[in-house]
Amino acid sequence: MADIQIIKRSPAEQSLAQRRAKEAMRNQVAMFSLMIFLTLISFSMVVAHLSDVVGFSKFFVIPTLFLFAAVQVGLQLYYFMHMSEKGHGIPQMFMFTGAVLGFLIPLTFVTIVWW
Amino acid sequence: MSSVAQKRGFGATLWDWLTTVDHKKIGILYLLGGLFFFVLGGIEAMIIRLQLMTPNNDLVSAGLFNDLITMHGTTMIFLAAMPILFGFMNAIVPLQIGARDVAFPFINSLGFWMFAFGGLFLNISWLFGEVPDAGWTSYASLSLHSPGHGIDFYAIGLQIAGGGTLMAGINFLVTIINMRAPGMTYMRMPLFTWTTFVASAMILFAFPPLTIGLFFLTFDRMFSGNFFDHTMGGNTIIWEHIFWIFGHPEVYILILPAFGIFSEIFATFSRKRLFGYTAMVFATVLIGFLGFMVWAHHMFTVGLGPTANAIFAVATMAIAVPTGVKIFNWLLTIWGGSIKVTTPMLYALGFIPSFVMGGVTGVMQGAAPLDYQLHDTYFIVAHFHYVIVGGVVLAIFAALHYWWPKMFGTMLHEGLGKITFVFFFIGFHMTFLIQHWLGFWGMPRRVWTFMDGQGWNMANMISTIGALLMAIGFTVMVINIVMTTIKNERVGNDPWGDGRTLEWAIPSPPVFYNFAQTPLIRGLDTLWVEKMDGSKEMITPAEPVTDIHMPNGSIIPLLMTLGLFIAGFGAMFHQETSWGLPVLIFGLAFTFVMMAARSLKDDLGFYVTKEQILEDMKNEKGGRN
Repeated sequence: MADIQIIKRSPAEQSLAQRRAKEAMRNQVAMFSLMIFLTLISFSMVVAHLSDVVGFSKFFVIPTLFLFAAVQVGLQLYYFMHMSEKGHGIPQMFMFTGAVLGFLIPLTFVTIVWW
Repeated sequence: MSSVAQKRGFGATLWDWLTTVDHKKIGILYLLGGLFFFVLGGIEAMIIRLQLMTPNNDLVSAGLFNDLITMHGTTMIFLAAMPILFGFMNAIVPLQIGARDVAFPFINSLGFWMFAFGGLFLNISWLFGEVPDAGWTSYASLSLHSPGHGIDFYAIGLQIAGGGTLMAGINFLVTIINMRAPGMTYMRMPLFTWTTFVASAMILFAFPPLTIGLFFLTFDRMFSGNFFDHTMGGNTIIWEHIFWIFGHPEVYILILPAFGIFSEIFATFSRKRLFGYTAMVFATVLIGFLGFMVWAHHMFTVGLGPTANAIFAVATMAIAVPTGVKIFNWLLTIWGGSIKVTTPMLYALGFIPSFVMGGVTGVMQGAAPLDYQLHDTYFIVAHFHYVIVGGVVLAIFAALHYWWPKMFGTMLHEGLGKITFVFFFIGFHMTFLIQHWLGFWGMPRRVWTFMDGQGWNMANMISTIGALLMAIGFTVMVINIVMTTIKNERVGNDPWGDGRTLEWAIPSPPVFYNFAQTPLIRGLDTLWVEKMDGSKEMITPAEPVTDIHMPNGSIIPLLMTLGLFIAGFGAMFHQETSWGLPVLIFGLAFTFVMMAARSLKDDLGFYVTKEQILEDMKNEKGGRN
């Protein structure tokens, strides 16, 4: 029953939209390759550790892996799940609040409550 | 669906209420359900006080006393206070933000039915004679060893009711984020909407820990788990942490909407804009966040060590700051206002000193060394009744008088309302003020009876008389409600005459689609802005009159919950009976079938036609669909 609205774009708007889409695509591909690259490095680090390459002790490999993992999660959320785009303020706020609580409470347990 | 009032049979009316997805009707259902459990919890409280009236009393046995205190606490928190507040949120928040319904009407209905069946499940324990008896906190070291099915009723009943609460919370979050009318920015939302928003966010983060804790407890008791059994490598303290990580935010979930209610009432009846609106919003959010950082102050005496105790003590005291901001803002709202002492305003005025007293004793307990003295004494009982009765219950009564005309279209009698207040308020202070001293004099909480000659006799007698006064006050209110309903004198849009927010711009009760045209919000206190501008219509429309899309009612929420209710009995009896396991499986399967039915069958709702709306607008009164 509700009318279907048809919004026509002017040529200028059309070219702007195209340029934006192209840019977004370039970003996506760039981020995708970066993520694959990070994954490759992670695997190589573990292999290097397992084959006893000098310098790849677990005290170096594990923190680096965690760091890469955090970067990957960020990229995933912001580029592939579009959190960097407009109108995601509220979901971001709730995700960060949840992350802060989910981090603080276990931190309390392992620092001041249990030991 | 027609909005023209027509006579309908009892069956049709009943079916309408069972299947409703209208937020106003669900609000009324929550209110009625909550009041029912409030009466149950109240009766339990009266028996507790009668038992403690005199030393060496044996009105009830020690075991029954444990049942009573456990069910009183659990009922009042989960089944009375929260649902009644949800009732007001449902009935009022969509109106305040200019929405036609909540974001998820189906989930709203599901949330209500889960609360109703969860509460029923919990209270059926009385019929079985095996009642939860480990306190409302149900510490695992007690609850794992409680014989019979009492604690099973607690674990499963709260699991179902808690699921409903989580749904209600998510629903309000999405409603407030997405369904605000054009122009209703966050900083133009009425305080009751703001506090609902923050409380819902707290529900979102606080209820999952409860769910997990209750599942652990269910597994330990019914499915041979060992989460809390230290002889099997579990840890009984984990329950306390999980419970209070939920439990402390829970008390703020209760008090924040109460703050919102009083903020509305102070501004309305002082006929002034709320003082320090921005600071009030900020304080609300800050209380919401800090509420998650203080859970271990319930566990100072567990032996967490001085570092943990000190940190949680400081965090606890920090909450007094935003709360103080609120108190002063309310005082400054009244200051210089043109005050009209109506029944809701009377409650609001009584709330400030009562709640401050509860808050001060809270800070006292926040001091960890003092808490070692106060722990598990009547001082604690006095404190939390001062904040919950002096804060939440006064707010509920105030809101009941304040929004009754908006929800039901009639005004509660002012004189009787004031009599209610006097009895309840005096009774409340009489009951609980003296309990602070009982605590100092060493009376432990949760004791069945006490010996003569310890100097506690007179204080306990006073306390019991106070409880009777509260019961009289509540009875007067029930009489008031019955009389008002029988008289049924209809009132207009703004019966208080000083309404500031959007809900007072539409008929009482509103038509089922709330707003014929979505309103344009032109400032904080929307209706007040329009009044000051001399607008005739009281609403600046943001759209022309067009067809309105509304959701269809559905019986599926009730059936889904019924499945969980049946499954609960199966889980409880599966160890000792042969029918337990099949019933458990059948109940869960039934729920899944209902979920599938909901998912697979498209329900696209219906349209209220433009002609219909124009006719309603001409009739002005609208109809009660």
